Amino acid sequence: MRAPQASLFGLACEAKMSDLLSLSAAQAADAIAAGSLSASELFEVYRTRAAADRAAGADGLNCFTWVAAQRPGESSPAPLGGVPLAVKDLFCTEGVPSQSGSRILEGYEPPYTASAVARLCAAGASLLAKTNQDEFAMGSSNENSAFGAVRNPWDRTRVPGGSSGGSAAAVAAGLAPWALGTDTGGSIRQPAALCGIVGLKPTYGAVSRYGMIAFASSLDQAGPLTRDVRDAALMLGHMVGRDECDATSLAFPHEIQLPTAERLDGVRLGVPEELSGEGVHAGVLDAFRAALVRAEELGAQISDVRLPHAPHALSAYYVIAPAEASSNLARFDGVRYGLRVADAAELSDMYTRTRHDGFGAEVKRRIMLGTYALSSGYYDAFYGRAQRVRTKIAEDFSEAFQQVDLIATPTAPTVAFKLGDKTSDPLSMYLNDFCTVPMSLAGIPAISIPCGLSDGLPVGLQLAGPAFSENRMLDAAYALEQALAFDGSAARV
Amino acid sequence: MSSAGARDATASSPYEPVIGLEIHVQLATATKMFCGCELSFGEPPNTRTCPVCLGLPGSLPVANARAIHFGLMIGMALGSELAPRSIFHRKNYFYPDLPKGYQISQYDEPLCLGGRLAEVRIHRVHLEEDAAKLTHVGASGRIHGSDASIVDFNRGGTPLAEIVTEPDVRSPEQASEWLKLLRSTLRQLGVSDVNMEEGSLRCDANISLRPIGSSELGVKTELKNMNSFRFIERGIRAEIARQEKILRDGGQVIQETLHFDPRPDAHPPITSLRSKEQAHDYRYFPEPDLLPVAIDQRMIDAARAAMTELPADRAERFERELELSADSAQLLAFRAELGDYFEAALSAEADPAPPTQALANWIAGELTARLGEDAGGDPSASLVRPQALAALVGLVATRRISVGAARQVLDTLVAEGGDPQQIVEREGLAAIDGADELAGIVAAALAANSDAAERVREGNVKAIGPIVGYVMRETKGRADGTEVARLVNEQLGV
Repeated sequence: MRAPQASLFGLACEAKMSDLLSLSAAQAADAIAAGSLSASELFEVYRTRAAADRAAGADGLNCFTWVAAQRPGESSPAPLGGVPLAVKDLFCTEGVPSQSGSRILEGYEPPYTASAVARLCAAGASLLAKTNQDEFAMGSSNENSAFGAVRNPWDRTRVPGGSSGGSAAAVAAGLAPWALGTDTGGSIRQPAALCGIVGLKPTYGAVSRYGMIAFASSLDQAGPLTRDVRDAALMLGHMVGRDECDATSLAFPHEIQLPTAERLDGVRLGVPEELSGEGVHAGVLDAFRAALVRAEELGAQISDVRLPHAPHALSAYYVIAPAEASSNLARFDGVRYGLRVADAAELSDMYTRTRHDGFGAEVKRRIMLGTYALSSGYYDAFYGRAQRVRTKIAEDFSEAFQQVDLIATPTAPTVAFKLGDKTSDPLSMYLNDFCTVPMSLAGIPAISIPCGLSDGLPVGLQLAGPAFSENRMLDAAYALEQALAFDGSAARV
Repeated sequence: MSSAGARDATASSPYEPVIGLEIHVQLATATKMFCGCELSFGEPPNTRTCPVCLGLPGSLPVANARAIHFGLMIGMALGSELAPRSIFHRKNYFYPDLPKGYQISQYDEPLCLGGRLAEVRIHRVHLEEDAAKLTHVGASGRIHGSDASIVDFNRGGTPLAEIVTEPDVRSPEQASEWLKLLRSTLRQLGVSDVNMEEGSLRCDANISLRPIGSSELGVKTELKNMNSFRFIERGIRAEIARQEKILRDGGQVIQETLHFDPRPDAHPPITSLRSKEQAHDYRYFPEPDLLPVAIDQRMIDAARAAMTELPADRAERFERELELSADSAQLLAFRAELGDYFEAALSAEADPAPPTQALANWIAGELTARLGEDAGGDPSASLVRPQALAALVGLVATRRISVGAARQVLDTLVAEGGDPQQIVEREGLAAIDGADELAGIVAAALAANSDAAERVREGNVKAIGPIVGYVMRETKGRADGTEVARLVNEQLGV
């Protein structure tokens, strides 16, 4: 800490810092706009905290892979006014290390910035830090990172979820006001649930993927990890829109509104038994059902819906996502950037050893799964069939949304589990995404909000709606959030 | 087309070659297939690149609408069915010239299906991206054994149309002739530079042999690296010979990819790149970063509006409307620069107007023969304006100058341009039309060649040669040969 800033840690300032940390991103932006808060002071507070966690290494939460040395630029353009933003490592940020949590991209600094990040910065967000993640977003515990595991701020012996574990833990712990993550099969929603914060996966195509180091192209979506629903709406509103650099991006059909609903009158909530019964731990189910009772008290109509093909979602996902990944990760060959082993005898030796040394075990597992699934003679049996299952799942949702406005499920079947608990059992790890993968396959938006505690650990509730129903979904989540009044301050470090 | 070639290959052989061609055409778009980089024409290495064509992490492709437009034009020109919906696939394999580890191509749902050009049926036309350029440093010139390999990504991502024929070609000569027709068709469309030496037109051949009379296909090989029309003929001929020797010796042809070495001292000229067992499993799957290409009426209308008259249609028009011989019509139509010159000369409204067939003959014969390498065989690049040539042919047709004088005028036109009438006047080349003057010269010629004159009188037609030669010398070629012969016969009373 340099001398002029030491006063921050004087007695008077401790109270002030606590006030600063209690501000949501939206509140901070408003305070900056009103002139009652200095953007540079806010940035420095968070920068100092993030840098301390980075310096602590394995003794800290290990949320970050890079922390800004100083505030990027002096201007604080409206409307976000310079509110610091933590960004998942896999977003390309010009001149800033971007490794997607992998050793194979050691030292890689992209020459361009991802569209989603560029849009947020154009709206006034300031890049605070890059967050730790599972390597190439493959994982549900953030233990598959070249930078080491991230710890859950609620209990440091437990995982924060993944793959956006660094983003979720940083927001929960008050090391960043909010963070940008990505979700392929649950990688925003599940860590948000395990860390007691809000995480939103938008409709596929709503946010540009340009500059996101790809895991599974037909599933990857960028989205916010925030302290509350209003922040999620604020961030989303500055990310969505057609991007000419992403052929799969779409113009969002309407403005994202900041949510205001206090009641759920007339909202029809469907609960699919396929995702809210067997396999979900009792404590999670208790918190989920209690939240449904609160929803009913707010005027929601709760009914059962069926998603008959949802139980097959995980199988289809673990064909489609690895297949796409096996191709997406082919570019990491040591020829142009990142790791290249020294003294390779010839080309295939260089390829083999670079990829052997550069990729972690889970990444190799999925590359092999995907390569096999696409192989000549197996394509129809695996990839072709998985795509047909995917279509069936999307049809299930379409039918369900004829009867209900939103679907409610627990976000994850368990609360945060112990570090190392599932690392030797990939299948039990994959089951973490049981409740989130169906929405990813259908391309529909879903949000996780904290709905209570089980054994002192947060439980997430997931709401999902039809494509481009983000406003309605955010409104419902906001009303429920106000009624549930979840207190996440215990996780603050 | 070249039936003589087919006979050559089979006359002494019990086998018939069956050949299909795969042609890669670099499209002359402004930018690359999936990014905004301008196409490269010899710029310093790696200066026409961006995150997309370098395959940097996080980059995404966006399909070039102009390339799709050109693809549709090619499909229309070849009479293909234009797919209302086609999709891009990823073709996965590792190589240093392929920065993403996959090539974005089309697989089972290509842009264009079927079609025909002349006697060869088209199987399909699809779009894809070109690979980067690899240079292997070291003695071998190939990747194995090289000291280092360097990559220039300027070419990487250049749009390609791949045209695949049915196995309808039966000889090396036919392959080369047909490819020339395809080249002139593509050139006429304006979709490519179609230069084989520079690689904007590349051709691979699938070759198999079968017993004459058999309808079954033999085992085929794929022959690569034939980067000129001459090498295509030589390469295919060498492979046919190789396969025939194997079959005559009782062996079996192995399905493999082969490399043709065009160097005259290459032994053997054909070597294996990889066998079927070593063939890549490309693990094709639909490119998730791109939407399907949906062809709507507007795109079809735009492609149709951009179509120019194609060589085959032009040849037919020349033959039907301008009454050219079939050979002349094809020659002028398939060499678009000659056809364009021909039509420009016709529309110049020269007085006297040249007959169409005579004009065609003068362009394809006398004029083309006088054009140096500099003009590249294109008369429009010469000093001879189409109007001037039309006027010259008109002068000959109306016998105002002799053919010999016209050749002299053309020499002058090629050397310095100008107006034929003025050259004729300046150099005194006008035909001697005064019958009295010519009659006098003929009389002198008969007197000077009395032996020859006697033989002509006796019925020896060939003996007229020295007499006509005398007249031509005396008139500096301005006399009309037919008129001279008439006067000779008249004066000899034959």
